[in-house]
Amino acid sequence: MTTLTQRPTAALSDPQQGDQPQASAHPHHSDARLFGLAIFLVADGMTFAGFFAAYLTYRAVNPLPVDAEYELELLLPAMNTLLLLASSLTFHRGSKALMANSMAACRGWLLLTAALGVAFMAGQMWEYFHLPFGLTDNLFASTFYALTGFHGLHVTLGAIMILIVWWQAGAEGYFTPENHFGFAAAELYWHFVDGVWVVLFALLYLL
Amino acid sequence: MTTNALPALPHPMDVQHHTPWHEYFGFSLDHKVIGIQYLVTGFFFYLVGGALAGMIRIELVTPLSDFMARETYNQVLTLHGTIMIFLWIVPVVNGAFGNYLVPFYVGARDMAFPRLNAVAFWMLPPAGFLLMSSYFIGGAAQSGWTAYPPLSITTPAVGQIIWIISVLLLGGSSIFGAVNFIATILKLRQPGLELFQLPMFCWAMLGTSVLVVLATPVLAGALILLSMDIVAGTGFFNPALGGNAVVYQHLFWFYSHPAVYIMVLPAFGLVSEILPIHARKPLFGYRSMIYSILGIVFLGLIVWAHHMFTSGTPPWMRLFFTIATAIIAVPTGIKFFNWLATLWQGKLALNSALLFCCGFIFNFVFGGITGVALAQVPFDVHVHDTYFVVAHFHYIVFGGTVFVIFAAIYHWFPKISGRLLNEHLGRFHCLLSFLGFNICFFPQHWLGLNGMPRRVAEYDPQFQLINQISSVGALLLAVSTLPFLINVLWSLWRGAPAGDNPWRACTAEWLTSSPPPVENWLHEAPLVTEPYDYGSPEDAMSVTTVRGRELWSAGR
Repeated sequence: MTTLTQRPTAALSDPQQGDQPQASAHPHHSDARLFGLAIFLVADGMTFAGFFAAYLTYRAVNPLPVDAEYELELLLPAMNTLLLLASSLTFHRGSKALMANSMAACRGWLLLTAALGVAFMAGQMWEYFHLPFGLTDNLFASTFYALTGFHGLHVTLGAIMILIVWWQAGAEGYFTPENHFGFAAAELYWHFVDGVWVVLFALLYLL
Repeated sequence: MTTNALPALPHPMDVQHHTPWHEYFGFSLDHKVIGIQYLVTGFFFYLVGGALAGMIRIELVTPLSDFMARETYNQVLTLHGTIMIFLWIVPVVNGAFGNYLVPFYVGARDMAFPRLNAVAFWMLPPAGFLLMSSYFIGGAAQSGWTAYPPLSITTPAVGQIIWIISVLLLGGSSIFGAVNFIATILKLRQPGLELFQLPMFCWAMLGTSVLVVLATPVLAGALILLSMDIVAGTGFFNPALGGNAVVYQHLFWFYSHPAVYIMVLPAFGLVSEILPIHARKPLFGYRSMIYSILGIVFLGLIVWAHHMFTSGTPPWMRLFFTIATAIIAVPTGIKFFNWLATLWQGKLALNSALLFCCGFIFNFVFGGITGVALAQVPFDVHVHDTYFVVAHFHYIVFGGTVFVIFAAIYHWFPKISGRLLNEHLGRFHCLLSFLGFNICFFPQHWLGLNGMPRRVAEYDPQFQLINQISSVGALLLAVSTLPFLINVLWSLWRGAPAGDNPWRACTAEWLTSSPPPVENWLHEAPLVTEPYDYGSPEDAMSVTTVRGRELWSAGR
């Protein structure tokens, strides 16, 4: 009870405590923040689902003009897919290194993950500049750029997040095996972005 | 937390009991302050949206567009719909009452993410003022709250883009709020408090938040594509460029039909809290209430195309969506029979809160019946885009949800302010609202059945008398706000002190002072496992012998 009466000023003014008012009062509550992020990612995934549904409907009921039919090159996007899948793996290795409390290895894996993300974006840019159609050429072109662009935005944000986490991990004791919400959040987000890409790749390039 | 590492503990009397006034104008992290911020902001926009509705009803007094230009009329009706839905009803039933009550009901001292909560609220005022400002910079959007293409692509672009930006902001705010509610209800419950012991409002907010998380992002996606059509010249929804306008309608209604439940499910929850207290009886059918909420959430996601029966929907789609829509009446009906059973033989206090709830039950059942009628394709094709539809959804969102918002204000005002509202003014407000509402919207069913189209500033002269009756009802509704405003302002200043628990309620928000201290309870949070533990069989009134006067005076 003493801690409870003492908490009003602590929970509402201390920035470290503000997002977790219950953590100190009820230690058995697990961290709700990752759960909250997971719910937000469900919402984010629904945005993609809406785009995919629109794209599939267009494929089914809006035939393109004959001269607009175009077979996409598969080699580069397939390599890009491998890059992203590899980056999920490297992030996972980084997470294992963090659990083993070897921060140098963890930071190395993080940097490699960010580099793979940047390489993916570079490949995506190269593809954009070599495609024979522009944003407004036809319905497929517009949908292609909207979907890959929206996903690319997610990859860019994710790479920035990873670099921030990498920078934070340089500070002694910022992330510990027990306490590393920022790291775990970036990892969850990055796996989500990879998963979305796999669906996108299957629908846009393979279907 | 180890106490010896901290400075000396303050004496319990030094703990912050009251929130300083400037907290209400700033970036407060207190769920109660944020709830009140939502409520007051929402009510401001209700007055704005109501003024716009008044302009519509003035225009429709005569068959010619002589009060304002046709383009202005389109802007006014677009702003009216958008403001009332996205800035009044959704933020108030979710943001205001959800934020104020849910932490109490789960036995927590705040929401799971207080800072995200404040961010979600502070997205609201900029979005609202952006939307209103569009009228003064090049004209507001003219394509209605649905923003159907190609209309939204061909009307002036500036207003439409501002409309899209503000709706995206409001949708984001709504999603942040929903993430917070789900995490709070599932992760922040007091130890020992089971899900099936929660007050019904928590279940309603859980269901609503699931709908927000699943449906709102799809609207955001549709609006992003629409803005590309307007700004970048793509043709997603533009048939002239090979696009498909019906795809927009599917994406839009995938959000906007669940949006109806986002607006009414929290209201259902509030009614389930208010009725047992003023009837002194446990809520009837607790479990069936929960299952019908879950049923409505599931079915609410698969009925959207009943808004599109005239958009060239194929026969199988018509069949599926007609049947699914008819089925959704079953869980809704269960809830209404449960409320009636809760009232049955209760020791009723016919005060403003209960009267507004009864008004809600009457209006919503009527709106629900016309809703089932509208789900039948032959009937829907006949009245589509007429005033019948306008009347139907105003019975749902105004006669339904807004009546509940007022019931909730009368019920929780003593807790929020520490003072009682005046019951005479409250009942007068309820009477005026009920009469004004029904005079305004009931005749519109007739107008629709006889073919008067909605969203048009001019109409056939044969409809003039009925339109004038409807406008008189609207005037009465506008007047009904006055006793309410006077009541609230006067009671804040001079109202009788309410005490901690004026309604002798069981739920956790009443087991603390009025207004509650900053962290809800000065001591341990009470564990409420029987939220509806009211009355005993001897308390029941014999409905055959009790006199009306006794019911009336029980509300004092």
